[in-house]
Amino acid sequence: MTAEPFLLLRDIHKQFGAFTALSGINLDIQKGEFVCFLGPSGCGKTTLLRIIAGLETQSSGAVLQNGRDISRLPPAERDYGIVFQSYALFPNLSVADNVAYGLVNRKVPREQINQRVTELVKLVGLPGSENKYPSQLSGGQQQRIALARALATSPGLLLLDEPLSALDALERVRLRQEIRTLQQKLGVTTIMVTHDQEEALSLADRIVVMNHGVIEQVGSAMDVYREPTSPFVADFVGKVNVLPGRIKDGHLHVGTFALALQQAQGAARDVKIYLRPEDVLARPSVGSNATFPAGDPHVFDAVIEKIEFLGSFCHVHVRTQALAPHKLIVYLSLNFLSEQALAVDSALKLRLLPERLRLF
Amino acid sequence: MEATLNALARPVRQKTHWTERIAHLGLVGIAVLLLFFLALPLGAILIKSVENKSGELVWIANFIDYAKTPSLLGSLWNSTWVSLLVTLITVPLAFAFAYALNRSCMPFKRLFRGITLIPLLAPSLLSAISLIYWFGNQGVLKTALQAFGVNQIYGATGIVIAECFSVFPHALMILVTALSLADARLYEAADALGTRAVRKFFTVTLPGAKYGLISAALVTFTLVVTDFGIPKVIGGNFNVLATDVFKLVIGQQDFAKGSVVAFLLLSPAVLTFAVDHFVSRKQTAMLTARAVPYRPSPSRRFDASMTAYCALIACLMLAMLGMAIFASFATFWPYNLTPSLKHYTYGLIDNEVAEGFVNSLKMAFGTATIGTAMVFTGAYLLEKTKGASLLRAPVRLLAMLPMAVPGLVLGLGYIFFFNAPSNPLNGLYHTITLLTLCTIVHFYTTGHLTATTALKALDGEFESVGASLKVPWYKTFFRVTLPICTPALVDIARYFFVNAMTTISAVVFLYSPDNKVASIAILNMDEAGEISPAAAMAVLIAAICALATLLFTALGWWVDRRTQAWRGGAR
Repeated sequence: MTAEPFLLLRDIHKQFGAFTALSGINLDIQKGEFVCFLGPSGCGKTTLLRIIAGLETQSSGAVLQNGRDISRLPPAERDYGIVFQSYALFPNLSVADNVAYGLVNRKVPREQINQRVTELVKLVGLPGSENKYPSQLSGGQQQRIALARALATSPGLLLLDEPLSALDALERVRLRQEIRTLQQKLGVTTIMVTHDQEEALSLADRIVVMNHGVIEQVGSAMDVYREPTSPFVADFVGKVNVLPGRIKDGHLHVGTFALALQQAQGAARDVKIYLRPEDVLARPSVGSNATFPAGDPHVFDAVIEKIEFLGSFCHVHVRTQALAPHKLIVYLSLNFLSEQALAVDSALKLRLLPERLRLF
Repeated sequence: MEATLNALARPVRQKTHWTERIAHLGLVGIAVLLLFFLALPLGAILIKSVENKSGELVWIANFIDYAKTPSLLGSLWNSTWVSLLVTLITVPLAFAFAYALNRSCMPFKRLFRGITLIPLLAPSLLSAISLIYWFGNQGVLKTALQAFGVNQIYGATGIVIAECFSVFPHALMILVTALSLADARLYEAADALGTRAVRKFFTVTLPGAKYGLISAALVTFTLVVTDFGIPKVIGGNFNVLATDVFKLVIGQQDFAKGSVVAFLLLSPAVLTFAVDHFVSRKQTAMLTARAVPYRPSPSRRFDASMTAYCALIACLMLAMLGMAIFASFATFWPYNLTPSLKHYTYGLIDNEVAEGFVNSLKMAFGTATIGTAMVFTGAYLLEKTKGASLLRAPVRLLAMLPMAVPGLVLGLGYIFFFNAPSNPLNGLYHTITLLTLCTIVHFYTTGHLTATTALKALDGEFESVGASLKVPWYKTFFRVTLPICTPALVDIARYFFVNAMTTISAVVFLYSPDNKVASIAILNMDEAGEISPAAAMAVLIAAICALATLLFTALGWWVDRRTQAWRGGAR
């Protein structure tokens, strides 16, 4: 991170009357990076994007792009392309005219415009659709055209405001991969706003998790998932078991466990333990060659209470003496369940991965 | 730290792009127009009402003076009871008609609906003229009227009957909308519980249409109180507020008392406006997006009786128009009924009204073009541009205000304001330009609401996309917004045109002998006893309005067809 960041946000604060939409936002974005703003609705992520676009004005703070202070510039004097959830394609203009919309204004010769349009329409995978109208295209196709229109003027920054939310599940997954491929091919710095954690995890170089107008954590997908720095992030990104525990004498006490952990130092206090469903290993209770070694203090017995079928994997709800009265959700593959003939009321052995526990 | 504090004290302000300054300038223009042609004239009435003849401040002395004049108080009472009576007759009749249109499977619905719109195409006094031919001193059915114990049609009787006809379409439109908002699931629930038809009507239908009924009653009352043409033509010696204003201001030049009456006319309109605003908010909340529209199921007896009822109303409407047409072609009523074009040729030319007709057309074209442009630009600048935030609330208010101002009051305000010798705009007085501007302002709100609705239906991000692509807003306006909104534009233009052709109330104060308009010419001919040419003129206006409506509909259809390619299945 030695290079000068492409986009700098400094102390951004946004007030709507008595409501504080954003406060103390500081963020550096490198050239060519794909960054996702992730958070629940109302967390300020869209407001932040609109401030970067100049569609809203921050109450205080500065925005610098490519070394230029753009804090007070109107949208027309900034350098970005934007794609909205609603596509916002001009319905009365053909696909070609939509894509060429920003080019026509720049006094580019007609021939060059046509060439560029053909190139872009091909780039987003819809060659030959130049003469169609938006209403003749599917949602996913319309969003591809909106993307082509935003990229037509080769902006330095691409802003995506929940571009996939209006699409059906299949189209969403397909288009998000296309966006990623396209972004890497063009190397354009991209910011995408989303409330869909799966989208953020699969796309972004870095994720900015936001809540109540502040940034909770900035990090790679793996960082945010594996090492959330706040309970909110742990809870919002991925599924998590929350258990009450107590730190005393350098040990974490939870249920019948007393775990000697690096994190368990310091004064005695109550803590909340965050445990991902996949951070619990499972083995059959009896009659298998692959059981846990005897005497492992992290192994405990459990009984299946409910199986939530999710496709190739299942959320398995278990109860256990070791953590009673709290129940646990563990993530098991369908193969494992059927191979071991596990069903409701089956017993199994589980092992905690103590190094994966997060304490807050 | 100090820097942060400073920043908090003074929020960051975005630099204004020069293209946005154009938008702000446009908004200032609209604000200035509405200020000079709406707010200041109304303010002039306020001032006149607290001044005596020599311009000294006398506070409420004029109002007390008014209350001490028995003849004027009589008019107040007359206006009130006549309007109430018309409301009590029209609203139930219109409700039944709307009920038939919405809740029965009767045939010819579109035809019936179309016939009830006829009164909108002519000045309101067409029905008064027709009544004179039916029941007047030389009327064909005068004896029938007397059999009912009514001595003559001139006076309250005539006013009530004529007003019922002219306000019927207004009440009907509101009630049709109210009844079409019904949720079929409520009826299904009632059926499932074994509810009888009468109980369903009183527990589901009426409460559902409650707000529509309130609003229809208020609108009817206001229209009748503020109507000038009908009482003038058929009122005889029966005085009402609207005719008083005219006599006081034009006849006696008593501006003080005139402005007091204007206030009295303004109050029901303002009340209607306030209640309607409140009611429409309630009503939209009533119908959720998940409501299932009601579909009537055929029922032979009910459908037949509804058809009979609607046919009766439609026949009465046609009789009104038909008599005016017939009489306008009769050579010499009632002695020689041979059809001739005499009244259209000699009658109108003798009265120099051909010129008035041309003036009317000029005014209607002016209103339709300038008015539509002004209304749409204003609505666009309010809805889709940013900045100049101090200007927005006042302009919004001014755009909604004309709905609450009766034409007579507006016209009166124009006299007070533009006729003042000290006003530099005095030169506009008595010109077609002023008549046109007055008419635009008079009918501004409906156009504004139509444009706003159309603009709100557009994606709110068009302007943002345009800005991100560095295309100025006015290019997006011409290339995208305007083409998409053409159907709304056609609608607004048609509304302006028809109303400009038929309006009397505001312009009656503003015309001069040099630039009479057709609708005023009817009044003058009627006053001179030239009732046949008056009828001819009214019919001519109705014909032009019908033709214009057809042309506008055709234009709308043509636009729709040309844009079919991109509107796709959405329409």
